[in-house]
Amino acid sequence: MKLNERSVAHYATCDSPADHTGFLRKRVERHHHHAHHHTTSYQRCWFVLKGNLLFYFEERESREPVGLVVLEGCTVELCEAAEEFAFAIRFDDAGARAYVLVADGQAAMEAWVKALSRASFDYMRLVVRELEKQLEEACKSLAACRKSPQRSSSSSGRKRHLSNPALLPLQEKPVILENGYSMSGSSGGGGTPGGAACPDRDGGYVKPPPLPPRRRSAAGSTTGSPTPGFSPAMPDSPVSPETACFSKLHSWYGQEITVLRREWQERQKRGHP
Amino acid sequence: MRYNERELLSLARQPAEKAAEVLMRVPKKGSVLKKRLVKLVVNFLFYFRTDEAEPIGALLLEHCRITKEEENVFSISFVEEPERKYCFECASEEQCQEWVEALKRASYEFMRRSLIFYRNEIQKMTGKDPLEQFGISGEARFQLAAPKH
Repeated sequence: MKLNERSVAHYATCDSPADHTGFLRKRVERHHHHAHHHTTSYQRCWFVLKGNLLFYFEERESREPVGLVVLEGCTVELCEAAEEFAFAIRFDDAGARAYVLVADGQAAMEAWVKALSRASFDYMRLVVRELEKQLEEACKSLAACRKSPQRSSSSSGRKRHLSNPALLPLQEKPVILENGYSMSGSSGGGGTPGGAACPDRDGGYVKPPPLPPRRRSAAGSTTGSPTPGFSPAMPDSPVSPETACFSKLHSWYGQEITVLRREWQERQKRGHP
Repeated sequence: MRYNERELLSLARQPAEKAAEVLMRVPKKGSVLKKRLVKLVVNFLFYFRTDEAEPIGALLLEHCRITKEEENVFSISFVEEPERKYCFECASEEQCQEWVEALKRASYEFMRRSLIFYRNEIQKMTGKDPLEQFGISGEARFQLAAPKH
C-alpha cells in the first residue's frame, strides 16, 4: 500500500510541536535460520510523538525518521520483560507484533506510557467535543445569570461601544477563524458556541459581555469596574449571590477592558485620527 | 521509512467519517483521472479501486492544503511540495464542498488548535481550566503558546 512518505517524513521533522520526545531503546527481534531461537537486542533511537504518530530516528539530529508507528487502535502496557522500565505498544490484531520499548528510568517510562495512551485521534476528539459542550454550557449559564439588563447610566464613564445587550444565540454557522479553518467542530451538528470570542486575532470579532445589572455600592456612586473585594453576598445587591456568576461577570468585564485597552493602543499608534 | 502497514490496513477497514466514489488523479507525470473509492478515517484518506477491499494507498492529512479547484473538483497538496496535487472530481459541487470542509478539519493539528481555543475560552468565562478534570492540563501540547525549541 502506498503512503505519502515524503510528506509524512517532512511532518516528522518540521517544527510543529511534538507531543513527547526522548530516547528509548527499541527491542529488535532477530531470527536465526540455523539456530531455532530468537536473539533479543535493543537499539537506542530518538523517538518523537506527534499526534497519533510515533516516529523514531537513528539519532536525534537525523533528518529522516527510520520508522513510524501509527498508534490508532493500540494499547500501551507495562511489560514484564527482563528489562526494567519496559513497556509495550500492542495492537488488537492477534498476529501483530508488539513494539517493546525501554525507557531510561521510572519517570521517563511513566511519561511515555501516559503520552502514548492519550495519543489516539479518538481521545483527542473526545476531549474537544467535551470542551465544546462545556463552552456551550458556560455561555448558557452566563446568559441565564444575567438579570434584566438596564441600559441606564449606571455604568457611566465607560464607553459602551459594545452595545449589544445580550449574548447572541448559538449560531448554526461555523465561525471561520484565520488560516481557513473553521470552529464548527463535530460533524454531528454540535454547533458553534455562540459566546466564543477570538480576541487573539487582529480585528477579530469579540462578543460583548451582557450589560451588568445595576449595582448599588455603599457610597451610592457607581464604580467603573467591579472591585475585587465586592461581596456577592451583600443583602441589597442585585447581583446574583452565586459566586460563580460573579466571577463570570468579572472576567467579562476584564475582557471588555482588554479590548478597550487594545483599541486605545492601536489608536495611539495610528496617531489619533 | 518503515511503518506498521498492517495496522494502517486495519485502520482502512474501520468505519469512515466520510466515503465516496470519485475520480482521482495522482501527481505523477501522465497520470489520468481514475474512478476510486475514497475513505476518510481519522487523519488518513485511503483510496481504493472500487472493487477491491484493500486500499491502493493512504494520504496522511497533516500539514496539507485542501484547495477548491474548478467545479466539482478539489485538490490535496502538502506544504513542502505545493505544486504536487492530488486531484479529486466529485459527483456534484455540493459533495465537493462537503469534502473540502471535512478534510480541512481532519487533521490532528486542527483538533489540537480547537482544543486550545476552547480551553482558553472556557478558562476566560469560568476561571477554571477544563483540562484539569482530564489530568492533562500540564501537557506541553495543550498550552496556548507552543514553546519553540
